[in-house]
Amino acid sequence: MGDRPPTTWRELVPPAALPDRRFVLQAALGGGALLSTLGPTEAQTPQALLDGYKPAYFNTAEWAFIRTACARLIPSEGDGPGATEAQVPVFIDREMAGDFGKASDWYMTGPHNPSADPLLGYQSPLPPAQIYRESIAAIDAWCKKEKDKAFAELEPTVQDEVLKELQAKKIPLKPELRDFFVLLLQNTKEGYFADPMYGGNYRMAAWKYIGFPGARGAYREWANDKGDAYPLGPVSVSGDRG
Amino acid sequence: MARQEKKTDAVIVGLGWTGAILGMELANAGLQVLALERGEDRDTVPDFAYPKMIDELKYGVRLGLMQRPADSTLTIRHSAQDTALPYRSLGSFLPGNGVGGAGVHWNGHTWRALPEELRLKSYVTEKFGANVIPEGMTIEDWGVTYDELEPHYDRFEYLCGISGQAGNLGGQTHAGGNPFEGPRKRGYPLPPLPTLLNGKMFGDAAKAMGYHPFPLPSANLSDAYTNEYGMQLGPCNFCGFCERFGCINYSKSSPQTCVLGALKRKPNFSYRTRSEVIRVELSQDRKTATGVTYIDAKGEEVFQPADLVVLAAYQFHNVHLMLLSGIGKPYAPDTGEGVVGKNYAYQMTGGTSLFFKDVNFNPFVGAGSSATVIDDFSVNQVDFGKKGFIGGSYISSGQFNGQPIRSMALPPGTPAWGAGWKKGIKEWYGHSMSISSHGSNMSYRDCYLDLDPTYRGKYGQPMLRLTFDWKPNDIRMTQFMRSKIEPIAKSMNPTNWASGYKGDGAHYDVRPYQTTHTVGGAIMGVDPTRSAVNRYLQTWDVHNVFVMGASAFPQNLQYNPTGTVGALAYWSARAIREDYLKNPRPLM
Repeated sequence: MGDRPPTTWRELVPPAALPDRRFVLQAALGGGALLSTLGPTEAQTPQALLDGYKPAYFNTAEWAFIRTACARLIPSEGDGPGATEAQVPVFIDREMAGDFGKASDWYMTGPHNPSADPLLGYQSPLPPAQIYRESIAAIDAWCKKEKDKAFAELEPTVQDEVLKELQAKKIPLKPELRDFFVLLLQNTKEGYFADPMYGGNYRMAAWKYIGFPGARGAYREWANDKGDAYPLGPVSVSGDRG
Repeated sequence: MARQEKKTDAVIVGLGWTGAILGMELANAGLQVLALERGEDRDTVPDFAYPKMIDELKYGVRLGLMQRPADSTLTIRHSAQDTALPYRSLGSFLPGNGVGGAGVHWNGHTWRALPEELRLKSYVTEKFGANVIPEGMTIEDWGVTYDELEPHYDRFEYLCGISGQAGNLGGQTHAGGNPFEGPRKRGYPLPPLPTLLNGKMFGDAAKAMGYHPFPLPSANLSDAYTNEYGMQLGPCNFCGFCERFGCINYSKSSPQTCVLGALKRKPNFSYRTRSEVIRVELSQDRKTATGVTYIDAKGEEVFQPADLVVLAAYQFHNVHLMLLSGIGKPYAPDTGEGVVGKNYAYQMTGGTSLFFKDVNFNPFVGAGSSATVIDDFSVNQVDFGKKGFIGGSYISSGQFNGQPIRSMALPPGTPAWGAGWKKGIKEWYGHSMSISSHGSNMSYRDCYLDLDPTYRGKYGQPMLRLTFDWKPNDIRMTQFMRSKIEPIAKSMNPTNWASGYKGDGAHYDVRPYQTTHTVGGAIMGVDPTRSAVNRYLQTWDVHNVFVMGASAFPQNLQYNPTGTVGALAYWSARAIREDYLKNPRPLM
């Protein structure tokens, strides 16, 4: 184990030993103390981190839209990280550049009927990345026409109104784009809660905020009906501690 | 011109639960057995190993272990008047892919059918009168009884190391088990999993109302176990990554953990992956199959001759292969004639979420089958005449995972985004539980499978087409369950609660996940004009083709299908070994 506190059950419990609950709780307190000392070498603000990121998929206008839209869907105000602190836009950019954006796993052969009954699911001929591209352009054009500015340049309260109109399908988008808001909201939450290796949930901030222990994957000792609060913070798939 | 491989005694299409069981049984009978699996090879190590499996996005959301619609899908419509459209991205159900099939990433709920469910039409007619069956409902008896299947249920449960509490041992009711189940000759191989807080709270509330709570029979093991093939499993550690994931811990019964390790060591068994069967080839008189044609990893067409063909793919693919191969007469809903594609059914589910401000449920402490159940409103407990529906449901409170992208229940009125959502997830994550109904779905004349006239698969073959919608009978059933669940929920004094059940006029929505318990289309029975396979799962017209799996269910059970799928596989395997192989012919 060395001189760092144990992070998982596999470290806490030697193979031949029975788990000792007191030991675990002490270890957890040690982990908590360490947590508060994190950070001196990471002084960059979340905004600066995003400024320094070079998008793999989005162009400048699209990136501005994504950053501001995510920041309204999960705002920075109040307790807990917002989408900006969690670096959600980075996650979405990487997803769009990858298999998800290309709909690699989906059946995309025609004929298509994008106006079909929504109960029949995704029927757009466009993969998600293209839906983002065309929808952002259409929404920015609508904002310029109705509000005189692109979405990213509007006041946050006005951005919220635009997103509500988008959600209520009051901003005219062609049927091929009708799933855009659902995709954007879903991808934003994915970026907030997915393992940090995908670019969002920076330093497991979202997991820490709600109390999800991430990739620990071993809870035999808590498989009971006692309702005790779980004491350990999260670990990621790569083995980092939150 | 297809390349031809060396002939084998038996070829098995698909290497999931039923393929693995038939592989073992036929290899033990001395046959040369070859399994063809269209997906990748998979095993606990390296494919399901910690920590990479503990990844909600890759496996839980992007569905990394499932069938890719780009490779294989079907079309769906609500009625014969509609144009079916492809199921382009996965939602409502998640067919498996690769070695182990859906047996890799199931939750592990392992049930037996009720005796009454296996002879449903007779039970309904005898007890309530034929006029209780509404116009257009096409329920049937299975052609096999509970008593006949009992030893095979037992064998599958002991193959898996199911952890549970028997409620009916040889007709004697045992406290703490399900008093409404069919009689079992012996108890489960392992004791139940420990009960979590949600299960305790639900169980206490249910008991106070006079119901009979018991632990869900679980294929997540409560202790170490070695099965008849020498395969060893260990106790579940409640990692909270079960359904949609392979088990990191050798704790979930699967083809890999229970059969394949032993089967792969047999010299007379072999398997080929990335080998997708596209057709069963028939002899000139069409009374026997000569083998199967498949596309190999290089895209080359291969003919594999065999004396015996076992279709052991997922339900949809079994039916699709029968239709593509011309085995059995395709079902025609307008005349009611034909049998292949008939009686597709699904699963009717609903549930109530309960929110408790000051209770820690630790939802990430989860096992796929960690649940407390009552069966007081099961198919054999409901008065169909009085209640106005045919069916039943088990009612349970489970805690399977706390993965936050997918498992984030919020009280009614919580915004879907913005500051209110962010506040809500902090307030309520870890403070909710659910009570769910998992109910039957009857079969109907106009719910069926056939070939799509427009869309084609990647090898040019017509896609399978599903025509299905919810019916008033089954909506009345789920609303009845709601009327039983909500009083239990209210008696627990939650801070808040919310219900989700299908209501009048609800139509099938392919987008949200419901269950992967799709059934029917190659139903079993004793009448060749009303079933696609006989009671031994042998096709009526082509006697050396046997069809495993939930495609044999004439309507859906109120339970998860795997226990019955496993029992039917052993039942059919015994008929093949003890009868068919000695004298190959139609067994009925």
